[in-house]
Amino acid sequence: MRQTSGIISTYSADVFGVCSALFELGGMVVMHDASGCNSTYTTHDEPRWMDMDAMVYISGISEMEAIMGEDSKLVSDIADAARELHPRFVAVAGTPIPAMTGFDYAACAAMIEGETGIPALGVTTTGMNSYVLGASRAYKMFCEKFVKRDAAKTDAPSVNIVGMTPLDFSIKGEAESVVRFCERAGFAVNANFSMGCTFDELVNAGAAHVNLVVSACGLAAAKWMQAELGIPYVIGTPVAGPYADALADLLCETARTRRDGLCAAHAGTGDIAIIGENVRSIALAEAIALATGRDCRVISSVNEDILRPGDVYAPWEDDVIAALDGAKVVIADPMFAPIAPKGAKFIHNAHEACSGRLWRSEIIDPAAGIDAILSQL
Amino acid sequence: MLKRVNESPRTNVHVHLKDAAFPAPFASGLEYAAPARGTWNIAHVGMLMPEAHEIFVCAAGCLRGVVLTAAEMGASHRFSTVEVKENNLLDGDMEDLIIEGVSDVIRKLPYTPRAVLVYTSCVHHFTGCDLDVCYRELRARFPHIDFTDCYMNPIMRKSGLTPDQLMRRQLYSLIRPREKDPKCVAILGSDFELNEDSELAKMIRGAGYRLLEIQRCKTYEDYQQLGEASIYITTYPSAIPGGEALAQRIGGTHIHIPYTLDYDEIDANLRKLADLLGCDMPDTKPMRDACDAALAKLREVITEDVTVDYTYCPRVLGAARLLHEAGLHVTRVYADSFTGFERGDYDALRAANADITIHPTAHAAMRFAVSEMPCLAVGQKAAYFCGTDHFVNEVEGGGHWGYEAILSLCSLMLDAHENAKPMRELVAIKGMGCSCV
Repeated sequence: MRQTSGIISTYSADVFGVCSALFELGGMVVMHDASGCNSTYTTHDEPRWMDMDAMVYISGISEMEAIMGEDSKLVSDIADAARELHPRFVAVAGTPIPAMTGFDYAACAAMIEGETGIPALGVTTTGMNSYVLGASRAYKMFCEKFVKRDAAKTDAPSVNIVGMTPLDFSIKGEAESVVRFCERAGFAVNANFSMGCTFDELVNAGAAHVNLVVSACGLAAAKWMQAELGIPYVIGTPVAGPYADALADLLCETARTRRDGLCAAHAGTGDIAIIGENVRSIALAEAIALATGRDCRVISSVNEDILRPGDVYAPWEDDVIAALDGAKVVIADPMFAPIAPKGAKFIHNAHEACSGRLWRSEIIDPAAGIDAILSQL
Repeated sequence: MLKRVNESPRTNVHVHLKDAAFPAPFASGLEYAAPARGTWNIAHVGMLMPEAHEIFVCAAGCLRGVVLTAAEMGASHRFSTVEVKENNLLDGDMEDLIIEGVSDVIRKLPYTPRAVLVYTSCVHHFTGCDLDVCYRELRARFPHIDFTDCYMNPIMRKSGLTPDQLMRRQLYSLIRPREKDPKCVAILGSDFELNEDSELAKMIRGAGYRLLEIQRCKTYEDYQQLGEASIYITTYPSAIPGGEALAQRIGGTHIHIPYTLDYDEIDANLRKLADLLGCDMPDTKPMRDACDAALAKLREVITEDVTVDYTYCPRVLGAARLLHEAGLHVTRVYADSFTGFERGDYDALRAANADITIHPTAHAAMRFAVSEMPCLAVGQKAAYFCGTDHFVNEVEGGGHWGYEAILSLCSLMLDAHENAKPMRELVAIKGMGCSCV
């Protein structure tokens, strides 16, 4: 049955994707929620919470405030906090109850701006979709609101990394690995959306020659930058070895030809199944194909926009079980192990957006090498 | 220290005790969550029921925290979900989703649970979901499984019973009436098993009573034996509605014997219990003397500032008062509000002109209130905000009660004074001491 899960995890939700995407940018992100979202996000989905003083809060909406439509309470609470804490911007995202009451995020943002003079984003989320949707919307709205339209291009080739949050890229050094990859490919990193970056760097994203979309979270913003700023994009994330070389070549070519593209040459077939976020999983599938000659199929539960022919979008446990039919090898977060086909080899590929902090210590940095996976095939 | 990602001022919102309103010293507003996770949530508490399976019916964002709570406990095999989507809100098929979703989960389970705890959420309340219909149908479909209604509806935390109170009530809702054993007592609603060295446990056992607790139950049959108790005791404030409800439903007497660190209140509670059990009031002077000696030792050894937070025990002001009156330099109390039970401690500390400041934990500005303050912290949040590795790492009273709780506190404080602990790692562990897998 759709919507049921006997045992596997729930991916991080849209509202947490918003928080994760905007975390390092000096803003104040408010989840319009009764209670619980704050501790869930900061415990399981935000590994930077202990180390960076980013402002992420909940509104603490109550039953009567929801029934009476007391949006002014939220606006005044945000205004009070903003006046005291001086965020660079405010972002409001939501959860199921505001979705039910028809909360108007754009209007709320306008009211906050009017009240405080601080720019505000109203990111419509419901808490009922995957983190990819929330992060995508947050990045795109950030671009629309803040990115300069007239930034002069850098003299040297430069790239924006788009779609990088700890939900997909571990704080154990993956962001740095991707930056090193870009530099080896001949591109200085102009802006990183959004690990190890600042608000001002992102505002100047228009100075880059090309965008590297490293997760599905970055696609909407990349498309916006393509349309508004003329920056072409490549979809892919480095996996050490021949795939990284191919990705570097495509990055150079795209910067020159301005033709967008997904760095993939194989179909989603074969008896190796990879479950996870689309771009990382496709990159891993391609890298395995290049290294071993074996094709892999990708199963994504979080996004259906970026898939190769043969790859599958499977949002529910039963869909994943069906998509795994016939797989002899399953590469996935350990949370999926109980539903792997009997007899299939299960290779751990921990993913923070799935299992939170549970297996963080064994998360593989593909840009540094995937021998841990290849050696088990 | 936290890496700064903005130019916000370093604020430290607090109010001096003499100026603190009771029971809510701080205005409500945006809420911050400090990364101290030792207290239990409703998923932890539900797992106390043996041979039960939890099924949460909620939106993805609400499920995320409890799914990973179960996973971190190693209890994913006792936990399933039914995810609410936008279309369910629009289509008005919430009852179908619950009935068919829960049924689907149960049919797929590799075992048949004795009980299923179905947790519904805020959206069910707001859509007027007919839960009676859902449970009636589920009980008809699975007559060998006991179902109970649990709630993850934090939007109701200011309306009637809180989700925490509801959980501690529903945990006992499947106990069937049984023949009462006049010499049987059950403790209800605490996270932790009552310490056998506590005066409470000693008095019950000394009077020849059986002592039952859900924490000691290995099987569903053990759990049902709680119905044999003739006296139900709650020690934790949020357990009171559950104690009252159970006694009213299946008979027996409910009595609240609160956790307290006040000598006279401990004695008054013991006297009340002795009357009920029909036994003699024990001579508590030896225990008082032992506590006096332990506190005197604390005063001698601990010369640094002491800070206390509400997660340590249900009487944060009581802990502050005990230590202040013992001569320790208590400087800070971390609490967002107080319970009515703390009024006496509040008044006593104010009457004594205690130089104590009250600090919130959830106020937005507390994001920037982390300091590196040389002190001994009692509780995880106090330790986090003060940035100290010298802290008492215990939550929710830790199963202690009475003079034994005071002796335990003294012992833990001495240990914390002498031995640093990895605060950052320890406070990150969710549901401290939850061994109910």
